[in-house]
Amino acid sequence: MLNKVLRLLEDDGRLTPEQIATMLGSETAEVKQLISQAEKDGLILKYKAVVNWDKIAEEQVWAIIEVRVTPQMKAGFDAIAERIYQFPEARTVMLVSGTYDLAIIVTARNMHEVASFVTHRLAPIEGVQGTTTHFLLKRYKEDGVVLDDKNKGMRQQVVL
Amino acid sequence: MTINSKIQGIDYSNRLARRVGDIAPSGIRKFFDLLASMDGVISLGIGEPDYPTPFHIREAAISSIEDGFTMYTSNTGIPELRQELSKHLKTSYNLDYNPDSQVLITVGVSEAMDLAARALLDPGDEVLIPDPCYVSYSACVALAGGIPVMIPTREEDRFEISAEGIEPLISSRTKAILIGYPANPTGTVMPRKKLEDIVNLARRRGLIVISDEIYSRLVYGCEHTCIATLPGAYENTVFLGGFSKEYAMTGWRIGYAVGPSSIIAAMTKIHQYTIMCAPTMSQVGAIEALRNGEKSADEMVADYNRRRLVMVKGLCDIGLSCFKPQGAFYVFPSIKTTGMSSEEFAHALLMEEKVAVVPGNAFGRCGEGYVRCCYATSLKELYEALERMERFLKRRGID
Repeated sequence: MLNKVLRLLEDDGRLTPEQIATMLGSETAEVKQLISQAEKDGLILKYKAVVNWDKIAEEQVWAIIEVRVTPQMKAGFDAIAERIYQFPEARTVMLVSGTYDLAIIVTARNMHEVASFVTHRLAPIEGVQGTTTHFLLKRYKEDGVVLDDKNKGMRQQVVL
Repeated sequence: MTINSKIQGIDYSNRLARRVGDIAPSGIRKFFDLLASMDGVISLGIGEPDYPTPFHIREAAISSIEDGFTMYTSNTGIPELRQELSKHLKTSYNLDYNPDSQVLITVGVSEAMDLAARALLDPGDEVLIPDPCYVSYSACVALAGGIPVMIPTREEDRFEISAEGIEPLISSRTKAILIGYPANPTGTVMPRKKLEDIVNLARRRGLIVISDEIYSRLVYGCEHTCIATLPGAYENTVFLGGFSKEYAMTGWRIGYAVGPSSIIAAMTKIHQYTIMCAPTMSQVGAIEALRNGEKSADEMVADYNRRRLVMVKGLCDIGLSCFKPQGAFYVFPSIKTTGMSSEEFAHALLMEEKVAVVPGNAFGRCGEGYVRCCYATSLKELYEALERMERFLKRRGID
């Protein structure tokens, strides 16, 4: 039940407990209780919108930064990751397998800001061996949502 | 006489075959034409999934085209598809259909139904059909020279048919009974016991059962009863199925008929002279659907179920009573409290609030007083449609 509620909210965070209860054939009170418990337990961290920033003139750049680091005794990769995620520019910080260790998604107002983040903040951190920065050129799909869905409205009127 | 039936003073109406002329044009044709000319309409009218076909199925067909697999197939369908289907029917229902003699791949269930009617009926033969039902049933029977005899149903019985209701309608000319459950337009799923009684009756009176099970997978909180699995049914049942609804493949036009080999052979004869074979790429898509489509089908069904619950509760909350359908993707609320006819209601709702529903009388006389709402559309649109319908009803003092 909890999983079902979480899945529905993950897809649409604005669903009300009443709506969720209807969809799952359960009671509103039960759904409310599950949601508030999930919020308390840190299962639900935040509700937010998926925004198509490409449609807005405001200048914003996104970059994906690969970071190679030397793991530290005891703390492994965690200590460095924790330092990096303190920076507000770092939107997402992940440990990944493969040729590099940390993948960071950064947003900033322009390329300069990203460059300055990499050279002044990221690179000097002890244990960071090297970085590769990829600027984002175009987004096609975000969190499961296709940004410019060409297939919408392809249904034709058919008489039954 | 309309302008269209006259070109340069020639009256074509008496040149058309009577068989065709006698069939009333779909009563909602005009309604759909009107709908097509309007903007901003939320359509609960069309009975098809709102999803595109799962990508892996599309990809299989694309790559078969790239590989140049574009010729005719065997008349009855690609052997691999027939085998795959036979396997599927064995695992789903424990039914044995020989892929070489008892399986025919068709252009949608629509063709399969036409073939069944044409293969079984002589002029004047009667076919029993539930009322209300999918619009093609009567037309298919009539086009094959048969006479549709309607089995009236009532909302109080959840639009179910019964052996007792059917028996008095059987005459010396009755050849078959044509049913489809889960049902369009009502969403009715027949209880197993009632189907058993009907199968017994059919056997006793020597009737063939043509069973359209296109919505077989779209059932919620209950099991689909495949007619051919019931005791004594296998020998007398032409079982029709398809890919359109469960795999969101409506435009591919791909379905099948399975049944006694003599009937399938007769149907194949018509099929080979009129159609040759179902489209090759669609057959390839169907193979992929049978092999790997389970997961996407299950996800879609789970989604339909949520929408169903939203729709049923939503309609009841705004003052339209409807029984809780257990299958397909339709709800069939009563609009009797408005004092309007089904057509008046649908027309006014479209003009005033831009929500399209299908008048229930399009599906038969017993559908009068109801409208069909298809909930195969996004939740966002369903909520919006419910809001618009609520406004519409409030203006008429209903809440």
